[in-house]
Amino acid sequence: MTEDLRQDTLYQLDHVSKSYTRGKERVDIFTDLTMQIGRGEFIAIMGPSGSGKTTILNLLGGIDRPSAGEIAFKGQRIDNLGQGKLATWRAHNVGFIFQFYNLMPTLTAIENVELPLLLLKMSGKERRRRAETALDIVGIADRAGHKPRQLSGGQQQRVAIARAIVADPAVLMCDEPTGDLDRESANSVLETLQLLNTELGKTIVMVTHDPAAASFAKKELHLDKGRFVEREALA
Amino acid sequence: MFRQSLAVTLINLKSIPQRPGMSIATIISVALVVGVLLGFSAMANGFRATVQGTGSQDVAIFLRSGAQAELNSGLSRDEVRLIEEAPGLARDSGGEAIASAELYVIVDGTKRSSGTDANIPLRGVGEDAALLRQNFELVEGRMFAPGSNDLVVGRSVQREFSGFEMGEEIRLGNNNWQIVGVFSTGGTVFDSEIWADLGVIQNLYNRGSGVQTVRARLENPDAIERVRAYAENEPRLNLDVQAEQAYYASQAGATSDLIMYLGWPLSIAMAIGAFAGAWNTLYSSVDRRTREIATLRAIGFSGFPAFVGTMAEALMLSAIGGLVGAAAVYLLFNGVSASTLGGSFTQIVFSFAVTPSAIIAGIVMALVIGFLGGLVPAIRAARVPILAVHAD
Repeated sequence: MTEDLRQDTLYQLDHVSKSYTRGKERVDIFTDLTMQIGRGEFIAIMGPSGSGKTTILNLLGGIDRPSAGEIAFKGQRIDNLGQGKLATWRAHNVGFIFQFYNLMPTLTAIENVELPLLLLKMSGKERRRRAETALDIVGIADRAGHKPRQLSGGQQQRVAIARAIVADPAVLMCDEPTGDLDRESANSVLETLQLLNTELGKTIVMVTHDPAAASFAKKELHLDKGRFVEREALA
Repeated sequence: MFRQSLAVTLINLKSIPQRPGMSIATIISVALVVGVLLGFSAMANGFRATVQGTGSQDVAIFLRSGAQAELNSGLSRDEVRLIEEAPGLARDSGGEAIASAELYVIVDGTKRSSGTDANIPLRGVGEDAALLRQNFELVEGRMFAPGSNDLVVGRSVQREFSGFEMGEEIRLGNNNWQIVGVFSTGGTVFDSEIWADLGVIQNLYNRGSGVQTVRARLENPDAIERVRAYAENEPRLNLDVQAEQAYYASQAGATSDLIMYLGWPLSIAMAIGAFAGAWNTLYSSVDRRTREIATLRAIGFSGFPAFVGTMAEALMLSAIGGLVGAAAVYLLFNGVSASTLGGSFTQIVFSFAVTPSAIIAGIVMALVIGFLGGLVPAIRAARVPILAVHAD
């Protein structure tokens, strides 16, 4: 991967290590990880439980910090940003999609989608328009007024995708996005992600256990014992 | 930041119905605190309003020096005569001071509300007694006839105690009396009294010619100073002279303060319980929404809106509790008549008065409970780790 030099690099990770302290014991998740992620990639990260898949996603998404090493996004380091600046960076550059959708149960679908736009300077009218567009893109505009409990799992995940793309971020971080869905819904969600990648050029990093889900990505990375093993996907 | 805080606040407030049991428990506990505080406050205010509303600025009341209350006072016939000669007193066409020497004894009455006995003042008064009470009105029957066992009863006595109906014969102590009239003084302390002829009371209660107080009309409110100077310079007199209004104001203070001395500790003890309830509810709320809060943080929200949202939830619950408590006390007690022991060990009938300032004090207390109960959970909400987004 380190040799895979691209002119259009989105992420650059240099000698990144991550460890946690459990009681008096230090647990290394990975050490000295160096990699690049280019614009427009759709990467599936796979690996056994505890291999550090989600930790990588957290570091790339700016919701966790490395213990050592540097992470740069579009050439700018993000690992040394303060909490406030990192939050602003996330608001402008990253969309998150979680296994359990993480929607606000008391808000309607469109209100959920509007949430990231509250962090940007924008009129209420413009917020609503963009949220409607996002819901339309993921094919769930007709459920805009429904609350999460009134939607199926697949529909909820589509709302979550709409929320992730509404602020037009460069990259989507997907943590087991189909882990809570049946096969049919999962495929539909994955097709949507694929569409966002191919048509809108969104860079997607997806953590998954599911080889079928990974097959929708352009590239699969297998994380094992803190090291990546790359494999071009067939799909 | 404002839009973030508003959005999180709305999310929090909309989530309240998801925790109906705990939310209602918090509301009820705060409502009880405010209810108790307002109940005592309404009682103290009502009592104070009744007693302070009693008495005129242009009526002087003469008590033995140091007596403080009518029951402790004693004045001889000679002292009464000297008092009636004081300068500054208003006089009738015959040049006589408009004054009433009065004797105050305690009799038993039976409360309609509880059926228990309670003390009622039986006041022996002179002919001018009615002239010395503002708003005196004989609402039924007639005044007592001098030298007879006639009684006229205050309207509040008739309302709160049984056996004082017009025309009824009643036994007080060893004596039989006839109720011949009902009077009102517009809701003052005197409405809680029974009046009879002074001479009859002196005779039946073996008080000789002594009285306890003298009331006399002043030429004007400022004349109280001349009267006081006269009493101080007259060696045969040893008196406390006060305007009647000032006398009742001092009488009101002690009892209403006592009511609040009981009310506040009880309210504060209950407030501690309500605080714990609010704390628990908000902690639970933050716990249940940990993933939601973390998700908002991941999206880019800062911790402050989570703090604001949790505080808003706490304040909303406590404000609702405060309003429920205030409304309940207002609807159940405002204007309700009750009686309690006054400064002279007799029952004073008064109406509960739920005042706007008491309601504001109650709501403020509710908000303080909400603020303190929500503070730590709100700080916790602001510190929810972003990695909790992955919690299932």
